[in-house]
Amino acid sequence: MSNFWSLWITVITFIVIFGSLWLLIANRKTEIKGDLEEGEIPKTGHVYDGIEEYENPLPVWWFWMFIGSAVFALVYLLLYPGLGNYKGLLGWTQEKQWEQRVAAANQTLDKQYSIYAATDITELVADPSALRMGRRLFNNNCSVCHGIGGVGANGFPNLSDSEWQYGGTPEAILHSVTHGRQAAMPAWGSILGEQGIVDVTDYILSLGGKDFDPQSAARGATHYQTLCVACHGVDGVGMQALGAPNLADNVWLYNQADTSLVDNIRHSIRNGRNGNMPSHGDKLRPEKIHLISAYVYSLSQTNQ
Amino acid sequence: MSNQNSSGVLPHSDSSNKRVSNQSGTYNSPEYNIKVIKQFSIMTIVWGIVGMLVGVIIAAQLMWPDLNVGPYLHFGRLRPLHTNVVVFAFGGCALFAASYHAVQRTCQAPLISNRLAAFTFWGWQLVIVLAAVTLPLGITSAKEYAELEWPIDILITIVWVAYAIVFFGTIVKRKVKHIYVANWFFGAFIIAVAVLHIVNSMAVPVSLFKSYSIYPGTIDAMVQWWYGHNAVGFFLTAGFLGIMYYFVPKQAERPVYSYRLSIVHFWALIAIYIWAGPHHLHYSALPDWAQSLGMAMSILLLAPSWGGMINGMMTLSGAWHKLRTDPTLRFLVVSLSFYGMSTFEGPMMSIKTVNALSHNTDWTIGHVHSGALGWVAMISIGCLYHLIPRLYGRTKMYSENLINVHFWMSTIGTVLYIASMWVNGIAQGLMWRAFNSDGSLTYSFAESVEASYPGYFVRFVGGFIFFAGMLLMAYNTWRTIYDETPQALDQSPQALEGSSPQAVDGSPQALDQSSQYGGESSPESSAKGGPVNV
Repeated sequence: MSNFWSLWITVITFIVIFGSLWLLIANRKTEIKGDLEEGEIPKTGHVYDGIEEYENPLPVWWFWMFIGSAVFALVYLLLYPGLGNYKGLLGWTQEKQWEQRVAAANQTLDKQYSIYAATDITELVADPSALRMGRRLFNNNCSVCHGIGGVGANGFPNLSDSEWQYGGTPEAILHSVTHGRQAAMPAWGSILGEQGIVDVTDYILSLGGKDFDPQSAARGATHYQTLCVACHGVDGVGMQALGAPNLADNVWLYNQADTSLVDNIRHSIRNGRNGNMPSHGDKLRPEKIHLISAYVYSLSQTNQ
Repeated sequence: MSNQNSSGVLPHSDSSNKRVSNQSGTYNSPEYNIKVIKQFSIMTIVWGIVGMLVGVIIAAQLMWPDLNVGPYLHFGRLRPLHTNVVVFAFGGCALFAASYHAVQRTCQAPLISNRLAAFTFWGWQLVIVLAAVTLPLGITSAKEYAELEWPIDILITIVWVAYAIVFFGTIVKRKVKHIYVANWFFGAFIIAVAVLHIVNSMAVPVSLFKSYSIYPGTIDAMVQWWYGHNAVGFFLTAGFLGIMYYFVPKQAERPVYSYRLSIVHFWALIAIYIWAGPHHLHYSALPDWAQSLGMAMSILLLAPSWGGMINGMMTLSGAWHKLRTDPTLRFLVVSLSFYGMSTFEGPMMSIKTVNALSHNTDWTIGHVHSGALGWVAMISIGCLYHLIPRLYGRTKMYSENLINVHFWMSTIGTVLYIASMWVNGIAQGLMWRAFNSDGSLTYSFAESVEASYPGYFVRFVGGFIFFAGMLLMAYNTWRTIYDETPQALDQSPQALEGSSPQAVDGSPQALDQSSQYGGESSPESSAKGGPVNV
């Protein structure tokens, strides 16, 4: 800020603090006027609607409490920034305080994590303390979407089963966490029309061995071979390179609880889907991502 | 009740029947505007019940989330309604009533304009009704405690200017030489709230129901909390200290403890309070210097705040025995204890290291309510129990026992509320900052919510008890005003006639009543128009 405003702040701050102190000290002594009986407390002589006022002096403890808090305030403003551009003797800033805390935390964490950072994920799966740390990190950072224990939710993949949208190898998981993933299922509603959507849905149901209308599914198969096969593959087995889910199994990423599976599939075809896993490479240190990935990898291993 | 003292002070039991006379020879003088005081007093009770009911509902919504029904009645819309109604409707009406009463009587002058006073009453009620309609509809400027949109803000400004004209005009026309300390506080409250409201509400309207603040980003936050903290400082502190300075000496029938203390703590309080706002923005985008300055000034605020408590409490010295028999006085004195407690807690919470724990937790909610329930509401209730019988020509409230029950309900309700929020707040603060050795958080946010449920329940119970006490007050007030045979007045037929409600409104009988009672009090007290000395 400019010197003018710095000076302005400093001056009015001192006016308020020293003005209050002057007022306090100037009123410390009470002059006693006139003759008083012994033990009688003098009054101001004002009467307002029957209310009178005693001329009692300021309570001593209160006087010193006021002085004490003023001393505290002045010392504080000497040590810390407060008076305009004056930085304070301690040179404190909230950024510095934050940086110091982070540096101190990192120092302890470096020791903790260096043990695991060099260990391969496939080996960490056998280390309970590494998995415990991974689980805590997962619950802090991932469970909002993927749920406690990675069980997933509508639109957020279940990480505890053995079905993988982008691959379940340690490398694929590390990549998903570090760089994120962006799915792109286009909206086919305007191309297929409502009947086309119904037909394709029936074909997809037929792949997973669910109840379906054979005539409708046969028509849907034609559409599927034209529009869907490039990503979801022949017979709907999916393609992990593109994040295209397997449509022939019993796992449904988008399956809103209060809507039937048929309607959920139709919705996906009609409007498309754009699932987004944010990248965490810039949010978490690599050692943490390593442990989180080990934990996620362990979920599918233990459940098999 | 019996004569409790031997020092020449009027015994309480007898004085309860004579208190009307003790006010002064002209208590029911026809020139005083009593109508507007009656209107504001009754609406204080009405809005108190409404505002606290909404408070109980939102407390229940936190406990049982299924109670959030529909878009209009969910927590997000009812919460600003609760704060607006309890602060500006309940607290506001109490301040209007008490200041109009005190300024007329301590200046020995009627309000300068009855029409303007009536305008402030109806204008203020209109503001409240508009708030009650627009906030549930989701029409909001999104500024805390200043949510009302710009057309209502303009109406508030107009009403407030009218209030200032009536109040200061009456001061100018006063018939006593000095201005009583209660009026300093009311005056500071009126001026500061006008400045705060106008500066903080500056906005660019884009439609009748939507506007955007003219301040950008951090500056907007700073202006908002300069306003927000001083709404507490000048509306809920200075204004209610005005109430304290008139009603505590009146009810205790004792002189104010120290005139010197009044001077020092008044000027220090208003000079320092205005600086404290930045402590709401510790560890934020607000520059470091503003945060530190806000904290230093907040610490400095402790002594001036306590000055008011000391002056109120010590006014009772020599009259402590009255607390045993007078529940109205108990309300006033216990409110000062809560005031002292929350004005100690506030500076403590403004310290950066404490704030790092308390910020965003329920501790803040508890702190606000120790001030709002313990101080603001309880002193307003005490003030009304003093005022209502006098306004309606009764010698006392219909039932002193009900006042006593109300007192205990309020005290227990407040204590339950504050204690549960302390526990919740500290638990939340500790859970949010707990780390494992690997740097991960020990608790998820949801776990801290789960841990808060017992506190939410206790808070709901405490709030409900406080609210139920207001219903008792409404009943007691109703019986005081409408009972055919006011119980304390059956000694003489003239007294009964003189104290009918119509008479108090300014008919000549009112004067008869006061002069008749005036004859019964000691010559000294009626000559000075005040309570008997020690």
